[in-house]
Amino acid sequence: MKLEKFATAAVIIVLIIFPIVASSNDNLSYYINIMTIVGIYSMITVGLTLLVGYAGQISLGHAAFFGIGAYGSGVLTTKFGIDPWLAMAAGAALSSVIAYLIGLPSLKLKGHYLAMATLAFGIIIYIFFKEADFLTGGPSGLPDIPGISAFGFSFDTDLRYYFLVYAILMLEVIYSNNIMKSRIGRALKAIRDDEDAASATGVAVYRYKLKIFVISAFFASIAGSLYAYYLNFIDPSTFGFFPSVKFLIMVIVGGLGSLPGTIFGTWFMTFLDSEWLSSIGSLTTLVYGIILLILLMFLPEGIAGQYRKLKTKIVMRKNEK
Amino acid sequence: MDSISFASQLFQYLITGITVGSVYGLVALGFNIIYNSTEIINLAQGDFVMLGGMSSVFFVSVLHLPLAISIILAIIFAFIVGALFERVAIWPLKNANQVTLILITLAGSLILEGIVMLIMGKDPYTLPYFTGSKTIFLFGAAISPQYIWVIAISAITVASMSYFFNKTITGKAMKACSDNPFAASLMGIPVKKMILLSFAISALIGAVAGAAITPSLLMEYDRGPMLTIKGFAAAIIGGLGSFGGAIIGGLILGITEALFAGLISSGYKDAASLAILLLILFIKPQGIFGKE
Repeated sequence: MKLEKFATAAVIIVLIIFPIVASSNDNLSYYINIMTIVGIYSMITVGLTLLVGYAGQISLGHAAFFGIGAYGSGVLTTKFGIDPWLAMAAGAALSSVIAYLIGLPSLKLKGHYLAMATLAFGIIIYIFFKEADFLTGGPSGLPDIPGISAFGFSFDTDLRYYFLVYAILMLEVIYSNNIMKSRIGRALKAIRDDEDAASATGVAVYRYKLKIFVISAFFASIAGSLYAYYLNFIDPSTFGFFPSVKFLIMVIVGGLGSLPGTIFGTWFMTFLDSEWLSSIGSLTTLVYGIILLILLMFLPEGIAGQYRKLKTKIVMRKNEK
Repeated sequence: MDSISFASQLFQYLITGITVGSVYGLVALGFNIIYNSTEIINLAQGDFVMLGGMSSVFFVSVLHLPLAISIILAIIFAFIVGALFERVAIWPLKNANQVTLILITLAGSLILEGIVMLIMGKDPYTLPYFTGSKTIFLFGAAISPQYIWVIAISAITVASMSYFFNKTITGKAMKACSDNPFAASLMGIPVKKMILLSFAISALIGAVAGAAITPSLLMEYDRGPMLTIKGFAAAIIGGLGSFGGAIIGGLILGITEALFAGLISSGYKDAASLAILLLILFIKPQGIFGKE
C-alpha cells in the first residue's frame, strides 16, 4: 500500500510540474495540449471502466455521450448565447436522461443488449450531428465555440486549461473511488463475479448497473463540454463509432476496473495515436484491432493486472524469506 | 418526375426495401447461427459481408478472374476466414466471460477492416452486374436486374440453410448443440467442431450477401459495423435465435428504411431503422415473433 501511495504522489507531482516546465519550452509546450486531451479522454474512460470493469457491461456508444456534451455546449453557447457552464450542465443532464432511457430496457435483459443498444444509439447521434446542419454545422463542423471562465478568471491559456481539466478529473477520480468503496461498489463486484448469486443474496443487480451507466454517461458528457471549450471547434468525426471503440480499448489496455490503470491506458493510447499512428494513418484500424486481440488473449487484465500479479509475486518472495 | 405515379413510387421503394431487407435478413441469419451455438453476439458479422464483397472485387479487378469464379472463391475464402477466426480467437478463450468474447469479435472486426483497407484502400468499389444492367420496368417502377438477383440469392440461401439444419445430420447436430450443448456432447456430437462450423457458415452467408449487393450498392472497407447493427436489429425484431424471424425482421427493417428514405428523409434513413431497434428493445425485447 505504501508503494502505491508513493507512486500516486509521484504521478501527481509530475502532473503539476510537467506543464509548468513545458510551458516555457517551445519543444515541449505541444505536449501540454496532448496531456490536456489525455485528461479529457480520461474523464470518459474512468466512467467507462466503472461500467465495463465493475458492472460487466460494454458500451459501444460512449463517444455519443461525449458528443452530446460537446454539441450541447457548442450549440447552446454559439446559437443561443447561453452561459458555458449552464450549457455544460444541460448537456450532462441530457446525457444522463438518455443513458437512463437506454439502460432501462437493455440492462434488464440478459446478455449484451446494452452493447448493441449503445452501438445503435451512437450511430443515430452521429447521423444527427452530421445531418442537422442548421444546428450543428453538419460535417464541416461547428466553429467559434467560446472558452470558459470562472469568477472573472479566464481559462484562456493552455496551461490554465490543463489545470482546470486535471482538477475536474481529480474530483471525478475521487468520486469514482468512493463509489467503488461504498456499498454500490461491493455490490457491483458481486455482480461481476456472479450475477445470479448476487441477485439471490438481494443485490439489486439491475438498479446498480443502471446507476453506473448513467454516471458514466454523465462523465463523458462533461468531458465533451470541456473538449468543445478547449478546441473551440468540433466536428462529427470525433464522436462516431470508431472513437467509441477507442475509448473501450483504452479501458482494456489499462485493465478493467483499475482507475490508475485506466488513466495510464488512456495516456498510452492517446500518445500512440498522435505520435506514431497519425503518421501511418492507414494502419490505425489494424493496429487497434491487433492490440485489442493481443490484450484479450494474453493480458485480459491489462496493465493493472500485470502489476497486481507482479506485486503478489514480490510479496510471496518476501514471505518465503 | 411527376410522370411517375405515387403508387409506382411506393412500389419502387418496396422493391428496394425487399432487396436491402433480404441482405439484412442474411446478416441476421448469420448472427443467429453463431448466437445459437455460442451465445456470442458476433460484432464481425457485418464485416463478413464486407469481406465477401471486397474479396470478390479483388479477384475480379486485381487477379482478373471471371465474375462467377471470383464470387465462388470469395465465398470459400470467407468460409475459411470464419473458421480461422474461431480457431485463433474464440476457441482459445472458451472459458472467458461474455464481455471478453464480445470484445474479441470487435477485435476481429477491426482486423478485417484494417487488412482490407491496407490492400484495397478507402475507396468504394463495385462489381459488374450479374446479368447486364438493362433496367426492368414493372408497374411504372424501374427495377435493376441485380435487385432480382439479390432477392433470389437470399431466398436460395435461406432455403438451403433450412434444408441443412433440418435435413442433414451435421445440421441437426448443430441444432442439437444450440439447444443443449452438454446433452449433445453426451450423444457423441463434437460440440467444438460444431462451433467452428457455425462461424464458418455464418461467414459464408455473409459473403454471399456481400457479393450479391456489391454490384448495385457498392462496397467499402468500413461498411461492416453498420451492416452488423442492422443485421442485429433484424435479428432482434424477428426474435434473437429464430431463423424465420431473421428474414422477416430483415424485410421489415429494409422496407421501413426504403419508405423512410423515399418519403421522409434519406439522410436519416439509417437513424430511423436503428430507432426501430431501440423501440423494439423498449417495447418487446423478445422480438415481434419471439417467445416470452
